[in-house]
Amino acid sequence: MGRYVVRRLLQVIPVVIGVTFIIFCLVFALPGDPIQALAGEKRADPNIAAILRDHYHLNEPLYQQYWHYISGVFTGDLGETYNGRAISDIVSQRFPVTLKLGLTSFAVEAVIGILAGILSALKKGKFLDNVVLVATLVLISIPVFVLGSVLQLELGVNLKLTPVAGIEKGWPQSYILPAIVLASTSMAYIARLVRSSLTESIRADYVRTAIAKGLPRRRVIGLHAMRNSLIPVVTFLGFDLGALMGGAIITERVFNMPGIGQQLAQSVYLRERPVVVGLVTLLVLIYLAANLLVDLMYAVLDPRIRYE
Amino acid sequence: MTIIDPTDAVPAPRPGDAEKTGPLLEVRDLHVEFKTREGVVRAVNGVNYSVNSGETLAVLGESGSGKSVTAQAIMGILDMPPASIPKGEIRFYGQDMLKMSAEERRKLRGARIAMIFQDALSSLNPVLSVGFQLGEMFRVHQGLSRKEAKAKAIELMDRVKIPAAAARVNDYPHQFSGGMRQRIMIAMALALEPDLIIADEPTTALDVTVQAQVMDLLAELQREYRMGLILITHDLGVVADVADKIAVMYAGRIVETAPVHELYKRPAHPYTRGLLDSIPRLDQKGRELYAIKGLPPNLLKVPSGCAFNPRCEKAQDICRTERPLLVPVTERDGTELPGRASACHFWKETIHG
Repeated sequence: MGRYVVRRLLQVIPVVIGVTFIIFCLVFALPGDPIQALAGEKRADPNIAAILRDHYHLNEPLYQQYWHYISGVFTGDLGETYNGRAISDIVSQRFPVTLKLGLTSFAVEAVIGILAGILSALKKGKFLDNVVLVATLVLISIPVFVLGSVLQLELGVNLKLTPVAGIEKGWPQSYILPAIVLASTSMAYIARLVRSSLTESIRADYVRTAIAKGLPRRRVIGLHAMRNSLIPVVTFLGFDLGALMGGAIITERVFNMPGIGQQLAQSVYLRERPVVVGLVTLLVLIYLAANLLVDLMYAVLDPRIRYE
Repeated sequence: MTIIDPTDAVPAPRPGDAEKTGPLLEVRDLHVEFKTREGVVRAVNGVNYSVNSGETLAVLGESGSGKSVTAQAIMGILDMPPASIPKGEIRFYGQDMLKMSAEERRKLRGARIAMIFQDALSSLNPVLSVGFQLGEMFRVHQGLSRKEAKAKAIELMDRVKIPAAAARVNDYPHQFSGGMRQRIMIAMALALEPDLIIADEPTTALDVTVQAQVMDLLAELQREYRMGLILITHDLGVVADVADKIAVMYAGRIVETAPVHELYKRPAHPYTRGLLDSIPRLDQKGRELYAIKGLPPNLLKVPSGCAFNPRCEKAQDICRTERPLLVPVTERDGTELPGRASACHFWKETIHG
């Protein structure tokens, strides 16, 4: 197990190099001049522009620029924006917002999704099951920005139950509504996933054995059936945790939350190559960590899987 | 006042022992139906049998004959719905279990009536260690602690002759061989020293040499604990060695009952005869193996009269119109043959002719 973790961690290095290079090339290929973008509508002063271009190695070929960047990353320097702000600064400012939003959202989707799935599976074909099926279908079909705007209008503006936007009220008031909106689709998937996998394991032979052993129903379902049904659910949750930590561009935009997602969208627009590459690298690392976590959880949940 | 030593090999007295008169388990006129989209499947149509302590009843029949469904009805593990029991009694020490509350029945399950399933790999939970699954019996029914339960689990694994039990108690089902897994199933059924064990084709999934070992073990433990055993099988070879009496089932009914050796010597039902004739025999090497022609009946449309009539070589008109009842079988001169009965209009011809 220990060796497996080390091997997986070593695999992170080539992935990071590859991903950053691809992102670097993509941002490089974007039309537009970042230095001109700094000056906005006016024409940039040629002298200053030349100094800046030199300082940020913009006149050098792509591979050299990349080399400057990646050697910085491995010494812990994520670089700076074209107006001299350290990227690590941006991350430490923006990341807590994304982290709070992501984790709240994760809790919402895990708790509500799993509970709804269990109820649905136990009452299969009954009224409650149909309620869950219809509700999840609705949630999966509605785009996030529609759901976000509608809830913002109803709960925020009309009923004044939650702040409309922004993060002034702090956690949890300002975060709860965006978290629910962000969680909605995954929550619906999880409910359906739990429903189908629990329905399947309830019919399994080992559940029949558990009943024949005279175990109480709670134990039969909660332990014998659920332990098996949770395996696919944990996989989904793990990957989703990685995705949530990457910020939610649309949700953050609708609720005007200064998180990673919003920053990323803005930086792409401003051709802030180092910011885009830096944030994406960070997201890749988070995603890889979530992946590793899922694989390790697998081994814990399913003893048939063993890593050497 | 008696102090009960938990290590004592003699099972401790339990509530209900006072009523220990008559058979341990008696099934009377049991009917089980399944409601399906195509109609009502009558899987069990009036089954009667009984088992005494220390006795082995073998229930024989093809797939779909209702033998497993009867067993599941006794255990109380049928999915209801779609299954329902419109009629019948299942008496355990004289008490009708079908009239008990769900909670009362749950407490009997595992503790006093236990079941061994066919495929141990799928019947054991793949994500829980065998020690946990064995120990669970003691934790749930007797309230033992985790540690005590584990010690008991190791003891049980020793009991069913699993080598290095203490080292393997934390292993998972997939880490055991088929025979060892079936031993674990047996250990689990045996854990609380039940009065009755139902073994549903316990050796079908095993290879032949392991089959014999597992059957011997089961028979040995049954003798030791004086349990009643219902052995469900379609393997006549397995039955001959361990059973005391046999009930042959066809299309949800018992068509013949007999003490084990008499059945082999002189079957009183053409279906039983067909089953016996289809056992491969060394002295008929090279010849084509006999098989009962046709297929088991569709339980949605059981043939009228005797359910076996479309496949029976001796079928007459009466077999197609009138359903034969299970009647006692006697010698030619009318002497009773205890325990023998047949549901065939022509049992006399079958047994004596």
